[in-house]
Amino acid sequence: MSPAGTVDRVAGVAPPSGAVRLLAGLGQRGGPLTLADHQARWGVLPDPARRGRSAFLDELHRSGLRGHGGAWFPAAVKWEAVAARRLGRPVVVANGSEGEPASGKDRLLVRRAPHLVIDGLMVAAETLGASRAVLYVPASEARHVSEVLRERRRAGIDPLDAEVVVSPERFVAGEESAVTAHLDGGPGALPRFTAVTPVYRKGVDGRPTLVQNVETLAHAALIARFGAAWFRSVGTEESPGTALLTVTAGTAGPRVIEVPFGATLRSVWSALGVSPGDAPAVLLGGYGGTWTPGARILDVPLVEEHLRPLGATFGAGVVLAPPPTSCPLAEVAAIAAYLEREGAGQCGPCVYGLPALADATASLAFGGPGGAGGPAGGGLPARIFELCDSVDGRGACHHPDGAARMVRSALLAFGDHVDQHLRIGPCPPAAARAGRRPPAPRPPAVRVQAGGTPRARVPGVGGARR
Amino acid sequence: MSRAAIRVVVDPTACDGYGTCAELLPEWIEADEWGFPVVRREALPAHLADHAERAVHACPRMAIRTVRARD
Repeated sequence: MSPAGTVDRVAGVAPPSGAVRLLAGLGQRGGPLTLADHQARWGVLPDPARRGRSAFLDELHRSGLRGHGGAWFPAAVKWEAVAARRLGRPVVVANGSEGEPASGKDRLLVRRAPHLVIDGLMVAAETLGASRAVLYVPASEARHVSEVLRERRRAGIDPLDAEVVVSPERFVAGEESAVTAHLDGGPGALPRFTAVTPVYRKGVDGRPTLVQNVETLAHAALIARFGAAWFRSVGTEESPGTALLTVTAGTAGPRVIEVPFGATLRSVWSALGVSPGDAPAVLLGGYGGTWTPGARILDVPLVEEHLRPLGATFGAGVVLAPPPTSCPLAEVAAIAAYLEREGAGQCGPCVYGLPALADATASLAFGGPGGAGGPAGGGLPARIFELCDSVDGRGACHHPDGAARMVRSALLAFGDHVDQHLRIGPCPPAAARAGRRPPAPRPPAVRVQAGGTPRARVPGVGGARR
Repeated sequence: MSRAAIRVVVDPTACDGYGTCAELLPEWIEADEWGFPVVRREALPAHLADHAERAVHACPRMAIRTVRARD
């Protein structure tokens, strides 16, 4: 038995030393790593019962792991909040729904490293004494994940059988309270009002519930094996470890790479063979994230502690750079329209505020009556800021906040371009899109490609080989 | 003994924007341009507690309530 507060190292298996961790154990040919290969790669998950529940919570605390689903909340604090509730055995949920269209890293993990995710779910279940464990994944992943669970059942390695629940294909389906509402049989995975009773207190079946992003759980599975000190051996003090990024640049499809926290956008572009000049506008975090001029953040470490002071966010690890020939305001308007359509339609600010915000943003981008270039266009920025303020923080979930953050950041980031639209009218690329209803920028099923072919291998930035 | 500090909260998924609360508690709740309540988040001053209770009971959607403020 190991001394209190430490975690058994996994006999015979060396922890990964570089910045490629989660992606160091992917199945080949687009499928999952088999259980045998998974255990050969990572070793057998140490039995949590042997080290006691609080020991792993302490380890998780020391690791500094935070949620990779976008909210960046300390994982240990969340687990403790669930553990502290006395009423009912907890429910643990691995959240792989990934409604964010610009993100593909969760599906990549669920598809090709499912055992690592399930290991993490089992560590959570054991640590919190849960009596129910759920894998919440899109329909496209449900079948193979069920097969993976059968494989584990045959091997008899899990303390309880996880179940698979299909997440509806919608943007808000992964929001914590939408997840618990869906597991309770509510229609369509709609967020609930949780300000009074958060899901860690009353979630599924009224029981304390942990809803944790699948990447976060995969990291937890490695912390359970190799410990907090190893976890902290890369990354920054406040953002230890590595992160998966889903990077879309220009017209190339999204690629998932793993970086140590602290890596800069420049090193990401370099690893993926993207010229920084081809990414003049960058959306970070996700559709509810923040726009910045690419040049401004080129050498900023991609961690919340550096990004937030600049008004940017790491969010769910999304890096999206539209083609340099496109109009950034047209991109913003298209995403604002998408977020409006994807609202749950439950709260006033989403039902009335987001359509007004999307309309005003479209007027700025595409012109039209009252729009940019016309006599009344000059008032648009003020009106857009006013609408952002009026929806911010006023929904049951953070959906309207994200829309407000995304639009507001764009007006600040592309001020010169905004002025140009107001003075002259929509720029040619925007004009070419005007009159058309902005398409959903991408269908929810993102085609995920692991890594890429790094042309210049950058120290500290790892891409997965295909 | 004075009453514990309370906060006013509105469940935005239940609210349909009737505006009753903003009518009864204008010191604390204003209507946005679509008639939906914008509620101050701080603890409610004690002298408004009775008005708040009335607003709670008058809401046709039972969307508004008072909760103990966490200081």
